[in-house]
Amino acid sequence: MAKVIEGLYYSESHEFVRIEGEFGFVGITDYAQNQLGNVVYVDMPEVDDEVTAGEEFGAVESVKAASDLISPVSGTVVEVNEALEDEPELINKDAFENWVMKVKLSDPSEVESLMDAASYEKTCE
Amino acid sequence: MNNVYYGKLIFELSRPGRIGYSIPKDHTGEEGFAALPDSVLRKSPLRLPEADEQTVARHYTNMSNNNFGVDTGFYPLGSCTMKYNPKINEEMASLPAFTQLHPAQPASTAQGALALYYETQRALSEVAGMEAFTLNPFAGAHGELTGLMVIRTYHERRGDTKRTKIIVPDSAHGTNPASAAVCGLQIVEVKSTPQGTVDVEDLKPLLGDDIAGMMMTNPNTLGIFETKIPEIAKLVHECGGLMYYDGANLNPMLGVCRPGDMGFDVMHINLHKTFSTPHGGGGPGSGPVGVRKGLEDYLPNPQVVKKSDGTFAIEYGNEALGSVSPHFGNYAIIIRAYAYLLSLGRDGIARAGKLAVLNANYIKEALKSHYLLPIEGLCKHEFVFDGLRPEYGGDHHDDAHVTTLDVAKRLLDYGFHAPTIYFPLLFHEALMIEPTETESKDTLDDFITVMKKIAEEAKSDPAFVKASPHSTPVRRLDDVRAVKDAIFRFQFD
Repeated sequence: MAKVIEGLYYSESHEFVRIEGEFGFVGITDYAQNQLGNVVYVDMPEVDDEVTAGEEFGAVESVKAASDLISPVSGTVVEVNEALEDEPELINKDAFENWVMKVKLSDPSEVESLMDAASYEKTCE
Repeated sequence: MNNVYYGKLIFELSRPGRIGYSIPKDHTGEEGFAALPDSVLRKSPLRLPEADEQTVARHYTNMSNNNFGVDTGFYPLGSCTMKYNPKINEEMASLPAFTQLHPAQPASTAQGALALYYETQRALSEVAGMEAFTLNPFAGAHGELTGLMVIRTYHERRGDTKRTKIIVPDSAHGTNPASAAVCGLQIVEVKSTPQGTVDVEDLKPLLGDDIAGMMMTNPNTLGIFETKIPEIAKLVHECGGLMYYDGANLNPMLGVCRPGDMGFDVMHINLHKTFSTPHGGGGPGSGPVGVRKGLEDYLPNPQVVKKSDGTFAIEYGNEALGSVSPHFGNYAIIIRAYAYLLSLGRDGIARAGKLAVLNANYIKEALKSHYLLPIEGLCKHEFVFDGLRPEYGGDHHDDAHVTTLDVAKRLLDYGFHAPTIYFPLLFHEALMIEPTETESKDTLDDFITVMKKIAEEAKSDPAFVKASPHSTPVRRLDDVRAVKDAIFRFQFD
């Protein structure tokens, strides 16, 4: 069964965001990695890119399909997870630990429109 | 079975100095290229494989024995319409009167070839309910691009330059958004209902004066007939857009209903699907584009026309779009499609679609006891299972479940080509089956028996199914490594 973690915020398109102060760590959920199968490539944004909630910020490619990544939050990218460049399979090992980008949030209240762990778990059934 | 020695790469069979030719002495008595000036000779040898003719023949014959095609076995690849390619098509296309043609020779010396081209344009217009057809596009996606260029040019010539968006259903083939993007159009996605058809309520708010048109495949990618077409066409036309019909799934509609009668304005046909020309292995394809009355002047050049004296001429009169291909497209493929049209005739064509639907429903009903059928009811030419039923090891809440990939691999052991898997994306374990009308009941029964046997195996010995295939020239491939460490050329030492 797919894992969910309490305290994170989730989107319908299966991204999560972990809030730490004024920053958000964005990645794909365990359910998403499970559905995608072996991840072979992650197309990441660049530092200083502006991202907008509900809009595409990259893509993840698996042996089954290529899917757009939709940002759950708005703000400026301050860091990307460079380890994924050489080892995209880290997402399959632990999707929540291996976030894709770190965003300086421009509107922290946006997370209120996202799902908590319990409601996200329901959408995955 | 494949010979191990000759099954190596041709570079591995290479031996320095071994050749399969001899070059005669030239007029100076010198052998080979010695008489050529130094300035035009290579300084270093090309790194080509060196082998004798027999080695080359054995190598490629062994390679070809590893191939699988409609001439080797059943090929139920959903969404692809892998129907049999009748041998009479090949016979007609290899007539010297066609093979000796040059595309630039005068029209007066190629009247028969032009008559065939013209008749095919007319026959496709009749089958599809369109006013005119161009046979120039080289493949389905090229047809899509050409059709979208027709739509774009139509709006631009009317001075309506705001129309830059095209509506595409979420169940569409990936080529639809790709062709639209290449044509410079923005893609707007419309959702499907739980029954798998276009959600009209979701469509309404998308319509406006920036919509160039809407692309639809009917029956759609789930093999379901879009019953709300008249309402959808009316809505799109009222907002000023045109309706584009993707002919990928035209096969089941043959002789039953026509895109032109449903309100579509522009469409393409895949001759390599519906009209039995070769598909797969490079085909090559052919994607004729049809338009309704009023849009003929937007078709690309050249067109073949029939003059009042009964002769045929090549015309380059349509300036709006220009050309999308050198000369006439894949002419040799058009010969094959014409042979198919004449072989079947009007009545035969009308039976093809119905039999394709019957075959698909026969397999679906026989296998739904073992495989999960997410959308019940009558399908058209194809249908989608969502993997094995839970009681046959297909419970995807269990991480160790037997997947659609496992079933597809095991099928290879039984000599069948696998169906399309993990497409469409609407289901987790999609297994998409399209038998086509050309298969006999015996073949369908054989396939059904094997699919049930695989389900029983998945229940009794899941590890064995997950380790399949067991009897193919190569075993299960490492998909991840193939993507991450792709080797595109021979690695010399």
